[in-house]
Amino acid sequence: MTASANPALPAEWRDFFALTKPRVMSLVVFTGLCGLLAAPGTIHSVLGFTAVLCIALGAGGAGALNMWWEADIDAQMKRTAKRPLPQGRMKRTDARDFGVALSVASVLLMGIAVNWLAAAVLAGSILYYAVIYTIWLKPRTPQNIVIGGGAGAFPPLIGWVAVTGEITLMPVLLFALIFTWTPPHFWALALFVKSDYAKAGIPMLPVVAGEAATRKQILAYSVVLLVVSLAPWWIGGTGPIYGVAALALSGAFLALAIPVALRRAVEGDAMKPEKRLFSFSVFYLFALFAALVADRLILGQGALS
Amino acid sequence: MTPEEEAQLKRARRGRNIALALVLIGFVALFYAITIVKMVD
Repeated sequence: MTASANPALPAEWRDFFALTKPRVMSLVVFTGLCGLLAAPGTIHSVLGFTAVLCIALGAGGAGALNMWWEADIDAQMKRTAKRPLPQGRMKRTDARDFGVALSVASVLLMGIAVNWLAAAVLAGSILYYAVIYTIWLKPRTPQNIVIGGGAGAFPPLIGWVAVTGEITLMPVLLFALIFTWTPPHFWALALFVKSDYAKAGIPMLPVVAGEAATRKQILAYSVVLLVVSLAPWWIGGTGPIYGVAALALSGAFLALAIPVALRRAVEGDAMKPEKRLFSFSVFYLFALFAALVADRLILGQGALS
Repeated sequence: MTPEEEAQLKRARRGRNIALALVLIGFVALFYAITIVKMVD
C-alpha cells in the first residue's frame, strides 16, 4: 500500500482540480462562451469573462457533487477508477463541501456581477445535474443520457442570457441543439465501452434495451439533430454562414450515423464506425458553435463592447 | 507517521495553500475590476 492511498493525508490541489472534470469543462466553457458571443447586444468584456468563469465554476461544482455521489460506481469502472475518491486520495465529505462551495459561489457571483436571471438558470442547471440527473434518474432509467444531455445543454443558454437578460427562442434552440446531440454522441461511446457500465449497475441503453435498439435511436436522434441544428437559420436567428455549416456538419453526422445504425457488432469487432461517429461528434459541436459565433461577428454585430 | 509520510503531508499542504492563495488573489483582482466596470456604467 502506498502512502497516497492513505485518506488521513491531505489531498493535493490537483485532486480537487480533478473533481471539477476539467475535460468536460472545456466543452462547457466553449459552448458558454459561444452563447455569450452569439447573443445580440453588448456586455463589458470583464463581465463577459465573469459570466463564463461562473459557468465554469458551476459546472466544476456540479462535477464534484457528481463524483461525491458516484464514488462507489466510479470505483467499478476502468474509465473512472483513477478519480480521487475511488483512489482514496481525499475524504468524501471534502469533495461534497468543495462542490457545494463552488456551486454557491458561482451562482452568487453571476447574480451580483452579471444578472439574476442568468444566475437562476445557472443554479437550476447545477441542481438539475447534481440532483435530478446524478442522484435520481441516472441509476433508474436507460434514457439517463437523454436526461443528462439536458445538463450539458445549459451553458450556451446561460451565456446568451448573461448578455440579453431574457430567455428568447434562439437560446432555447441552442439548448435543444446540445440536448439532441448528446444521446447519439454518448451512445456511440457506450457501444464500445458497454461492459463497464453493466458491471457498475448503471442502466445504459445498450445494456438494457440491446445493441439494435441503441443503433436505431442513434440514427433517429441524428435525423432530429439535422432539423434542430437548422432551426436557428430558418427562424432568421442566424445568417447563411451558420446555416451552410449546420447543413454540412449535420449531413456528415447523419452520414456517419447510418452505417452505425445498419450494422451489428461481431466477435472481436474493432467498432470503427462507432469510434468514427464519436470522434466526429466532438468535432461537430465545436465546429457548429464556432460557425454560430463567426456568423454573428461577420454578418451581425458583435456582443463584446 | 513515518518521516516520508510527514514530508509528503507537508508538501501536499504547501501546494494547497499556494493554490488557495492564487485563487484568492485572482478573486480580489476580479472583484476590483467588476466594481470599477459597474461604477463606470
